[in-house]
Amino acid sequence: MSVQQSSDAIVQVVAARKEEPHGFIGNIVWQPFTWLIAFTGVVFAVLPVWGDNVQLRESLLLAAVYVTLATNLNIVLGYAGYVNFGNIVFFGLGGYICIYLVSEWQWPLAAAALIAGITVSLLALFFGLGILRLRGAFFALATIGVNEAIKAFVANFEPWGGAAGIYLSLDVYEPLGGPGQALWVVYFLIVAAMTASLLLSYAIKTSKFGLGLLAIGENEDAAAVLGVNTPRYKALAYGISAFLPAVVGGLYFFKTGTIEPSGAFDLSRSIETIVMVMLGGIGSVTGAALGAFLYEELRGVLLTTEAFSHFQLVIAGLLLLGIVLFAPGGLMGFIYRRWPYVRWLLQ
Amino acid sequence: MTALLDVIGINKRFGGVHAVHSLSLTVRDGEILGLIGPNGAGKSTVFNVINGICPPDQGRVVFKGQDITGEPPYRIARRGVARAHQIVQPLASMTVLENCIVGACFGPENLPMGRARDVVHEAAEIVGLTDRLHHLAGQLTTAGKKRLELARALSARPGLLLLDEVLAGLNPTEIERMIAVIRHIRDRGIAILMIEHVMRAIMSLSDRVVVLNLGGKLAEGTPQSVASNPDVITAYLGEPDPTGLDGGI
Repeated sequence: MSVQQSSDAIVQVVAARKEEPHGFIGNIVWQPFTWLIAFTGVVFAVLPVWGDNVQLRESLLLAAVYVTLATNLNIVLGYAGYVNFGNIVFFGLGGYICIYLVSEWQWPLAAAALIAGITVSLLALFFGLGILRLRGAFFALATIGVNEAIKAFVANFEPWGGAAGIYLSLDVYEPLGGPGQALWVVYFLIVAAMTASLLLSYAIKTSKFGLGLLAIGENEDAAAVLGVNTPRYKALAYGISAFLPAVVGGLYFFKTGTIEPSGAFDLSRSIETIVMVMLGGIGSVTGAALGAFLYEELRGVLLTTEAFSHFQLVIAGLLLLGIVLFAPGGLMGFIYRRWPYVRWLLQ
Repeated sequence: MTALLDVIGINKRFGGVHAVHSLSLTVRDGEILGLIGPNGAGKSTVFNVINGICPPDQGRVVFKGQDITGEPPYRIARRGVARAHQIVQPLASMTVLENCIVGACFGPENLPMGRARDVVHEAAEIVGLTDRLHHLAGQLTTAGKKRLELARALSARPGLLLLDEVLAGLNPTEIERMIAVIRHIRDRGIAILMIEHVMRAIMSLSDRVVVLNLGGKLAEGTPQSVASNPDVITAYLGEPDPTGLDGGI
C-alpha cells in the first residue's frame, strides 16, 4: 500500500466529516471536554509564570512531556488495541532530528521540531504498514525491535555523534533570548504540544476514523468484515501517534542541551509510558493524561525520597501488575463504572 | 432476474483437506438461496471464500459483474456484501448502537456518523433491538447477539447478505420471529445466501436450495425437489436401512 492510498483515507474521513450536520470542527468545539483541555493547557502555562517558579516549571514540563507521550500511545494502545512497546523511538528519533537541524544547520527551533515530527510520522507510517501485519506479542516484539535497531543505527551514525551523541553549544539559545528565556519558550511550546495531543486524541476518538480504530481494538476480524480498512487504519494511527511525541522529543532534548542514544531510546521509559496509560485507564483521553500526570508526580516523590530512589522501576512494575490483575480499566475505568455520567464531561 | 453473485468453479484446500472443490453457484437479485449440507460439507468455507477471508485456490467470485476474487474482506464489505457470523462476533464493550454504526459507516454507502444513526435505527427496528440500543453488545443474550449480527449487517444496507446459521441456538419462538425478520429483509430487496440446519426454516424461506456434500455440489433446485432427491437423503441419513429399524429425522 502506498502513502497516496493512506492520504486518500484521510481525505475520505475529512470528506465524510464535512457532511455532518454541524461539521467536524463545530461538533468538537462546543463540547465541554474541549474547553476542559484548553483550560488545562492555560493552567499549565500560567501556574509557573506566577511568581516565576522555575522548580514548578521543571516539574510541569516533565509532566507535560509524559502526558504527550501517554495520550499518543493511547491512540494505538487504547483505541486500536496494539501494544506499542517501543513507543519511545518516536521521542528519541524526533529529538535527534531536531537537535541535528538546530546544531548543524542552525535551523530555528520551531521549524526543526516540526520537521522532526513530520519525518518521524512518515517513517512510522512506512514501518507501520509492515509491522502492523503482526498481532499480539509479535507486534509488541517488533516494536521493541524497531527501537533497538534505530538505537544501534544512531549509536554508529557518525554525523549524529555516534555513541557520544550531540552537545548543543550555548549559541543555539541566543535567537530565543539566551538560555534563561529559552527554557521558558521551550516550556510553553511543550505545553502547546501537550494541549494539541489531548485535542488530537479527543478528535480522533469522536471521529469515524476513531470508530474504526475502536472496532479494530475490539475485534479486528469482525471489523474487517464490517468494512473497516484495517491495514490502512492501523498504519495511520501508528503514523499519527508518532508526530507529537517526536516534536516534544525535539523540544525536550533542545532543553537538556544534549542527546545520546541510550538516553533517547530508553526502553524503560517506553514501559513507564505504558504503565501510565494503564494506570489512568486504557482508551480514555482523560485516563492517559491523568495516569501520566500522577505517575510522573509519584516518581518525583520517589526519586527525591532517600529510601525509594532506586526503586522507581520496581514500583512501576508492581503498579502494572496490580492494574492488570485488579483494575484492568484503570482509574477512569473505575470512575466510569461508579459514575457513568462522568463520561459526559471526561472522555 | 439477473445474477447478483456468481461463484465459478472455486477450489479450496487446507493442507490435505479438499474443503471445497469445483463449486459453482449463483445468487440472483432479490432471492433467498439456501446452502445446506452435513457438518463439514464446506459451507462456511464457501462463505469465507465469498467475503475474502480466505481467497480460493482456483475459481472466481463475481459480484455485480465485477471480479472480487482475492480482495480483502473490508473491500468486499464496501462493495455491499455483509455477513452475519455463525459464531457471534460482537464488538463486546461497545453498545448495540455503536456496533451498528460501525456497520453503517464502513458499508457500501460510506456514511458519516450522523447519518449512520438514522440507518441504524431502521435496522434495529427490523430485527427488534430498538429497546436495547444502549446495552453493551457483550451483555446481550445469545438470541440478542444473533440479532445484533443481523442488525449490524443490515445497517450496511448491503446488496447481498450472507447468513451463517443465524437460527442455531435459538428456541422455537425465537426461530419463528427470526424467520419473519429474514422474510422481511428479503422483501426489502436484499438478496440472501443462507447456511442453515433448521430444515423448517430453509424449506419455508428459500427460493432455491444448493446442497453441499464433501465440498462439492450434490444437488440444486427448489426446496421440494431437493428434499425428495435420493442422493440428498443418503448424504444426510446414510444408506437406506434394509431392516427398517433405524428411525428417520
